[in-house]
Amino acid sequence: MTREEIIRPENKVYGRPELLMPVHTHYCPGCSHGVVHKIIAELLQEMNVADKAVGVAPVGCAVFAYNYIDIDWIEAAHGRAPAVATAASRLNPDALVFTYQGDGDLSAIGTAETIHAANRGENIVIIFINNAIYGMTGGQMAPTTLLGMKTATTPYGRRADLNGYPLAISPILASLDGTCYVTRQAVHTPAAVRKAKAAIKKAFQNAMAKRGTSVVEIVATCNSGWKLTPAQSNDWMVENMFPKYPLGDLKNVEPQQ
Amino acid sequence: MEEEIRLMKGNEAIAHAAIRYGADGYFGYPITPQSEVLETLAELRPWETTGMTVLQAESEVAAINMVYGGAATGKAVMTSSSSPGVSLKQEGISYLAASELPALILNVMRGGPGLGTIQPSQADYFQAVKGGGHGDYHLIVLAPATVQEMTDFVALGFDLAFKYRTPAMILADGIVGQMMEKVVLPPQRPRRTDEEIRQQCPWATTGKGTRKHRNVVTSLELDSALMEKNNERFQETYKRIAENEVRYQEYFTDDAEYLIVAFGSVARICLKAIEDARAAGLKIGMIRPITLWPFPTARIAELGKQVKGILTVELNAGQMIEDVRLAVAGSTPVEHFGRMGGIVPNPNEVIDALKNKLSVNL
Amino acid sequence: MAKVFGAVTIDADMCKGCNLCVVACPTDVLALQPQEVNDRGYHYAFPEKPDACIGCAACATVCPDACIEVYRVVDKNI
Repeated sequence: MTREEIIRPENKVYGRPELLMPVHTHYCPGCSHGVVHKIIAELLQEMNVADKAVGVAPVGCAVFAYNYIDIDWIEAAHGRAPAVATAASRLNPDALVFTYQGDGDLSAIGTAETIHAANRGENIVIIFINNAIYGMTGGQMAPTTLLGMKTATTPYGRRADLNGYPLAISPILASLDGTCYVTRQAVHTPAAVRKAKAAIKKAFQNAMAKRGTSVVEIVATCNSGWKLTPAQSNDWMVENMFPKYPLGDLKNVEPQQ
Repeated sequence: MEEEIRLMKGNEAIAHAAIRYGADGYFGYPITPQSEVLETLAELRPWETTGMTVLQAESEVAAINMVYGGAATGKAVMTSSSSPGVSLKQEGISYLAASELPALILNVMRGGPGLGTIQPSQADYFQAVKGGGHGDYHLIVLAPATVQEMTDFVALGFDLAFKYRTPAMILADGIVGQMMEKVVLPPQRPRRTDEEIRQQCPWATTGKGTRKHRNVVTSLELDSALMEKNNERFQETYKRIAENEVRYQEYFTDDAEYLIVAFGSVARICLKAIEDARAAGLKIGMIRPITLWPFPTARIAELGKQVKGILTVELNAGQMIEDVRLAVAGSTPVEHFGRMGGIVPNPNEVIDALKNKLSVNL
Repeated sequence: MAKVFGAVTIDADMCKGCNLCVVACPTDVLALQPQEVNDRGYHYAFPEKPDACIGCAACATVCPDACIEVYRVVDKNI
């Protein structure tokens, strides 16, 4: 069978989702953000909820998320996305409201807003990209930075006595009565991407069904910040990030029958 | 609900007025001397009648960002606080201004700086009229002197905020917030439907729905040329507001030889002082700015040419006096009398200040 | 026995040459252009050994820039 015979519309099994805007992203080559954006766009399309979706973008590398997915967006102040989403959701009960936040936005400056929105059980989805570093500002330490990890503000490696310990925030969120689903996923392999997509789908379904707050943490890479190639970053993540941030569901309250 | 005459506190009136205006949401955090706003809303349970959302936030920061999120979806949303809490809100207020979002913010001022005191003050004048947060922006600032104005300025504040797509602030002080007066509450207005919001606020991020274009609410623009265009558009808006929305009230200015400029509760004390002074044959008048921004600059400039001197009376170390001096541009002496840290002057002190600072002979 | 024929197309302009698709491909179809770059200076990915493609979409699934399309034909007559 020739290449021309295979490349026909009826044989297409994977393509760029229509909801992704036809633009170059500002993300570095190999950045996990692109994969997560793609699966969000796919899901909003497949679940037929793009018209109801309101995304809340953070401050950080994903600040321009609104330039990439063709839905309504609100760009929030640093860390405040869960508060912004709280009101957007409460005042528009039919909307599917989700935040998209990095580790600096969610687990440093926005810890209070995150915990309280989750504790109130706001019917929102929090997508949390944890790459253990501040990407946008040039690779400084995040709360999630691992001990020993070198960043622009821990050039000799993070030390517990100087900088405290890496913060695992998803277990805290899982302990709150307001959350219905807290899971940790990754997007470094095709299988992981498919699982992450299923997790975000469940989270979107929870929000539409008003079951409370869903949190999907994506343990991610920042190859520029980590000063590795994208493929090396994936290996480094598996070896170093997963022991501290193990993948899997931390909480999954199945709906009452 | 029909129009109703009641006796209540200024803070309580705000809550009633918000519900009756058809506001969609209130987000606040308790702080003295304005906690009655949230308490009254909680007691009135508007979510069961008009469908208004009322939420006690985890912080002032969260509350103003909830306002940001609600305003972005075209809803009529508000928050209230007092001075330290309003300082915490400044980042969010700057974002509201920069994203051209309508919202209403109430500051029931208390004495500062720092934690200060819970007693009445007007020390947040600069913060309110000069922007308050970072960047070049203004709020529409309304200064109520009565419980009736507290009520009326909720509707006025929301209407102006939506008309110009910019946040408005009611700058009250602890006296107006806490004192009880007779008030006429307006009849209930229905909340706007989602369809009306989509028509009136085509920019609102309600979910794309049947709209052809998507909406993005953001204050970020890294292209400096475009950012300057944004800033020029904001300044155009402020110019239109300054041209059309100046509000003030004059008292005995026709024949005034000396002028007092005072706002909010202090204007009421000054009015008593003026009545006493006039009984003694002294021609004192007063202008009470109702909009602190836009400031009644042109009218004060005119009056500056008529009078021999101006006294600003404020519950602060002298803040509005700067705008008065800018208005009269040296055409007449302008002096300040103020009490700070929660102390409220009596009319005799105002008369003494006229004598001592402007050499008025009684 | 059925045989699977696959093919991918890569939007060279969108590709940032991150190499993740090359690593993900189970049949070593893909490579980065060794010399040529796109308008933005990236050594973009291309199907170096297209005949080995089984259309599994592993490459496209991990692609952060959504620049890979995957086609697949299952020929049951073989």
